[in-house]
Amino acid sequence: MAFRARHLLGIEHLTPEDIRTVLDLADRYVDLNRRTVKRTDALAGMTQINMFFENSTRTQASFELAGKRLGADVMNMAVAQSSVKKGETLIDTALTLNAMHPDLLVVRHPNSGAVNLLAEKVNCAVLNAGDGKHEHPTQALLDALTIRRAKGRIQRLTVAICGDIAHSRVARSNLLLLGKMENRVRLIGPPTLMPAGVAEFGCEVFDDMRAGLDGADVVMMLRLQKERMDGGFIPSEREYFHRYGLDAEKLAFAKPDAIVMHPGPMNRGVEIDGTIADDINRSVIQEQVEMGVAVRMACMDLLAQNLRADRGRQATEGTYV
Amino acid sequence: MTIFLENARLIDPEAQTQTLGNVILDNGLIAAIGEMSAPADAQVIECHGKCLAPGIVDMGVKIGEPGERHRESFRSAGLAAAAGGVTTIIARPDTNPAIDTPEVLEFVTRRAAESAPVHIRHMAALTKGREGREMTEIGFLLDAGAVAFTDFDHVVTDTKVLSRALAYARSLGALVIGHPQDPGLSKGAAVTSGKFASLRGLPGVSPMAERMGLDRDLALIEMTGARYHADQITCARTLPALERAKKNGLDVTAGVSIHHLTLNEFDVGDYRTFFKLTPPLRAEEDRLAVLDAVASGLIDVICSMHTPADEESKRLPYEEAAAGAVALETFLPAAMRLYHAGALTLPQLFRAMALNPAKRLGLPQGRLAEGAPADLVLFDPDAPFLLDRFKLHSKSKNTPFDGQRMEGKVLATFVAGVQVYRAGE
Repeated sequence: MAFRARHLLGIEHLTPEDIRTVLDLADRYVDLNRRTVKRTDALAGMTQINMFFENSTRTQASFELAGKRLGADVMNMAVAQSSVKKGETLIDTALTLNAMHPDLLVVRHPNSGAVNLLAEKVNCAVLNAGDGKHEHPTQALLDALTIRRAKGRIQRLTVAICGDIAHSRVARSNLLLLGKMENRVRLIGPPTLMPAGVAEFGCEVFDDMRAGLDGADVVMMLRLQKERMDGGFIPSEREYFHRYGLDAEKLAFAKPDAIVMHPGPMNRGVEIDGTIADDINRSVIQEQVEMGVAVRMACMDLLAQNLRADRGRQATEGTYV
Repeated sequence: MTIFLENARLIDPEAQTQTLGNVILDNGLIAAIGEMSAPADAQVIECHGKCLAPGIVDMGVKIGEPGERHRESFRSAGLAAAAGGVTTIIARPDTNPAIDTPEVLEFVTRRAAESAPVHIRHMAALTKGREGREMTEIGFLLDAGAVAFTDFDHVVTDTKVLSRALAYARSLGALVIGHPQDPGLSKGAAVTSGKFASLRGLPGVSPMAERMGLDRDLALIEMTGARYHADQITCARTLPALERAKKNGLDVTAGVSIHHLTLNEFDVGDYRTFFKLTPPLRAEEDRLAVLDAVASGLIDVICSMHTPADEESKRLPYEEAAAGAVALETFLPAAMRLYHAGALTLPQLFRAMALNPAKRLGLPQGRLAEGAPADLVLFDPDAPFLLDRFKLHSKSKNTPFDGQRMEGKVLATFVAGVQVYRAGE
């Protein structure tokens, strides 16, 4: 079986086969989630801790719901407000949690690489729920599932990712995933919000949105990360909307059946026109939220299977940790 | 005490030769070099054809005194230096408090002399508190023994302050050491910008920040005529500016750290903080270009930029972790990588590691010649070993070479004609 990973830290280390395994399982969880009785016992008896060093409502709720539907005991730790302020280091926080024997640790952290560091120190499965400007793997997987269900495939598509690429972990994970699945990726944004050396990733870079959208199958808008800006990246919100906001006129350059995506939360009138976001014929933004729960269920289910197998092996070899 | 070193491969950085011969050390000096036999009362050390070179003069070592003795003391740094073949440490003033008054300088000079088995000479801060506002008492500090003036990584942003300090330093013949980095462009950077930085989501600095820093400094040197050394030139794009300045007759030299010659940005891998340095590791093309510049003599000095950091300051997310690596003991084996790769010869290496820094600082060391100080290192360039960071003498163990296969072992170190280290002890 594919997907042998112990942790889900990023898309970087997944194979196309891993990705397909997650998406196939997630498809089944979509069906389950649409029933009245939504519970399974895939994670029964297991403990899941959500540790968010950065405020989040949507992602945390999605992970919490996913864990509960799989039958896990879910605990949310609001770390952003507690021990960090008392000066405890990330590793100490991790070791404290580790002593409580969680099975799944869902972590979001404002520093790139912090989740990798933490994963080295604990003996449970770690899911990266977003680390700094590095990766947000479950977002890329839920986007892939949304695309596959809308377009019938996740290959040979032209996907335009627009907006604040430089500060976006969503963009990085999507870029890696879409590349692995052999799609054409275009990045659109002002040069101040484009990371250095990004053309070497095998994508096309545009600063003119109309040219970038020309013929696209999928238009992925990114949130303009106002909280990350210490100023000077764009002259003003209104100029940004004028040049890079998605409205009907610019969307007309994409294919007539192109879908519009956004990882949320949206800034209506800054990166996306409200009527486009609400257009049920184009926008799949609500589907993305639904797929999010299913994809997270699939990821946690697979990681839990690997964890059980690992622990079983260690028990028979007598090196139980 | 007379020491007779018999049958050594003599690495002469002045003549750029390596020949077999004997050396007599007497009264703290090299008394004779050649084919002669041992004097009657001498202690004879058989060298078995291993390499004998002038001891390393390491320009830019951070020692935690005053202020951070838990990271490195004069004693621990001195032992590490002796074990690494470094016979003269040129200590940095980025301490806490900074070495910016003759009183502090006298204190650390005394502490160093009573604690360390190798020579320790001090650089002093260029501005008070390394704050870039007022120049230090450059004259008094020179009298108290400062060999150069630098604020290290605190770039003096106010060009008026810097130009005055340079003009004043010129009148005294003092050497000013700059850290060529444009402070605005490099602010907050943890790695070099580019594909790797973007992939890892880490804040990057363009190599252009180094060139801008050097261009600015060189313009002020042209204006004031001061003696100037750039502590670390690490990017290909900076080299033409340096070459032009030298060609135009400015009194300018430049250095590079051994890490920037032996590692590149990809070594950071999955956020390994022991590879976080100031400036950050560069692209492979930059490493190769800078290596060529050392071979051609455009870059004069290789230093260790020894920067001890405790475990706590490194066990953090990459952006928040301290920068710097210890290197006194790994300097020579790392340099042997360049020798074994055919990039630099042993005389070329010791020109950059011993002769040039000593010359630039006005020290008599760095030469393998009769009458020169008997500061020598005997080493086997081919001896292999696996580096275990917990066996280092430094109090801090933050080396990027941990667990790596190295070649080149120091067999013995002599300072002022006295053996201060012997392998296996």
